[in-house]
Amino acid sequence: MDLFEYQGKQYFAKFNIPVSAGGVAHTVEEAVAEAEKAQYPVVVKAQVQVGGRGKAGGIKLATNADEVRLHAGNILGMDIKGHVVKRVWIEHASDIAEEYYASFTLDRAAKQHLLMLSAQGGVEIEEVAAKDPTAIVKLHINPIEGLSLAQARQASVDAKIPEKALEGVADMLVKLYECFTKGDCDLAEINPLILKPTGEVHALDAKVSLDGNAAFRHPEWEEYAATEELDAREQLAREKNLQYIGLDGTVGIIANGAGLAMSTLDVVNQVGGSAANFLDIGGGANAELMTAALEVINSDAKVKSIFINIFGGITRGEEVAKGIVEAVKRVTLRAPIVIRLDGTNAEEGRKILAEAGIPDSQLTSRPTMLEAARTAVALAK
Amino acid sequence: MAIFVDQNTKVIVQGLTGGQGRFHGLRNKAYGTQVVGGVTPGKAGQDVEGIPVFDSVEDAVKATGATASFIAVPPKAAPAAILEAARAGIGFVVCITEGIPAQDEARVYSTLQRDFPATRLLGPNCPGIISPGKCNIGITAGEIAQLPTATGPNVGIVSRSGTLTYQALYELKQQGIGVSTCVGIGGDPVPGTSFVDCLAEFQADPETHAIIMIGEIGGSAEEEAAEFITHHVTKPMSAYIAGVTAPAGKKMGHAGAIVSGGKGTAQGKMDALRMAGVKVGLNPTEAGSLMAEIVNSLR
Repeated sequence: MDLFEYQGKQYFAKFNIPVSAGGVAHTVEEAVAEAEKAQYPVVVKAQVQVGGRGKAGGIKLATNADEVRLHAGNILGMDIKGHVVKRVWIEHASDIAEEYYASFTLDRAAKQHLLMLSAQGGVEIEEVAAKDPTAIVKLHINPIEGLSLAQARQASVDAKIPEKALEGVADMLVKLYECFTKGDCDLAEINPLILKPTGEVHALDAKVSLDGNAAFRHPEWEEYAATEELDAREQLAREKNLQYIGLDGTVGIIANGAGLAMSTLDVVNQVGGSAANFLDIGGGANAELMTAALEVINSDAKVKSIFINIFGGITRGEEVAKGIVEAVKRVTLRAPIVIRLDGTNAEEGRKILAEAGIPDSQLTSRPTMLEAARTAVALAK
Repeated sequence: MAIFVDQNTKVIVQGLTGGQGRFHGLRNKAYGTQVVGGVTPGKAGQDVEGIPVFDSVEDAVKATGATASFIAVPPKAAPAAILEAARAGIGFVVCITEGIPAQDEARVYSTLQRDFPATRLLGPNCPGIISPGKCNIGITAGEIAQLPTATGPNVGIVSRSGTLTYQALYELKQQGIGVSTCVGIGGDPVPGTSFVDCLAEFQADPETHAIIMIGEIGGSAEEEAAEFITHHVTKPMSAYIAGVTAPAGKKMGHAGAIVSGGKGTAQGKMDALRMAGVKVGLNPTEAGSLMAEIVNSLR
């Protein structure tokens, strides 16, 4: 789960990482009120989960209420790379002497934590990596040993952080690591990490991605779920507890298992079609799940055909078939279904489908993934 | 022969009295696996259809001589359960639990490396392992696995995805090809056992003559496997990578399956495997047909 900048900063603050005081605003008037609280000059920052806000005009400096009105008015509702700005963050403008970069992630290949640190911050780190890879220091940290202040200081020296900022940056790294580990982040990134003319080190931005699997020990994360930006289909799927991702194609996909669902997308693509979604209904594939899945797919106006791809393992073919027959009775579908049912007792399952009295125009059965994909794609054209 | 588990493997189920543990533990036993005990703290002395339950893994190992453990407990309890099994001297731990926080997985992995190097963890969030006719630990439906033949050729399967593991087993069964062992390594960010670990074992196993590998988008495990294959695997291989059409930045079900920053794409993985001499199919069926061709050429 990705956090907005303002949420990331609030999260940082819990781990004593210095961030600017500020407030979030949904309207121009709220923005002015927050600016008065933060005291001028302030920065008006678009809250979107996409890079390149500054270049798109989503970050502006304001020295008085009129300027806040102007900028907040322009930024609220702005479209930045397909993300509409619904809120702005107003904070007191910081004086900047220097800009650095720091982040922690899990390096899956090394199976260790990874610190990336650079004295060149404020630009996209991918650009720095492309131009001058030696400008980024990478340090692997053993998850059971953690990061010591001495290691953090050495990494800062290696990254050529100037003497005057060394202590501040090292201290910041230890705190950010604490946030990353205890805070169950997939990513904790500060860019830019700034040195103020007064000598303090400060997080001017916050990019935090939380590990949803750790939600059970973070009840405070519930507030973030409320601001997550899902489209209507994704919202419905979440309510039904389905693993769903909306896409732009015309073939609705239902499969059991994440791998099989991904594979189904691939096969549809291979035979010249495009998937409207990714939907994994898990191992069970019973009538309730199937009904919920069909309801979600049905809510997508772009769907022209529905491809149900089920491989029966422990769940037997006849149980899956009964579930589908029941679901088709409950949902009035706008598009025809093509089903591929295979695995344990698939024959019996197909027999149930064939004898259920559902017209061919509504439900067709195909023996293999490839044939079913071809039929579904043809129906969607 | 088979890899990791065979007819001599004695298994305990941590969480045997829970829903998942009971269901799958009994199925594994019915398949012929030596399920010798279960562990649920506070329930020592009880039994689940004749399988004795113990308070701790240590007690279970003492009483039964168990060599492997099947962990089917919730995410909160799973990290401690894995380490408890390792402390009790269990050599092979299969953890099917889905939803363990990545930070916990990383800590468990490092702890096993440092303190319990003799313990191998399979998973978490994996379907388990089956050596057909000998031992089945986890949630695989044993009936879709073709028994290996004494003379071969037999195929080893290693997969990152659950249902695609079954799909691979099924494709081989359709073709009448025997399976030595089928390992599901799971789709989480820090799996205890990697493709490379399994490939090394299959390469060394005289009963395995060819290998099929099922990967998916995200991470670099397939690229690492390709590197290993180039230098260390002489047995013929086919492969399939799921997620060619997956959009960047979206988690496709598994925590591990995500394309980020242009890395971890299916295309990059397929290219790496082809370079290593692996026959890559564009869908699971094609990978199965390619394996059938390989097997026929070995006959």
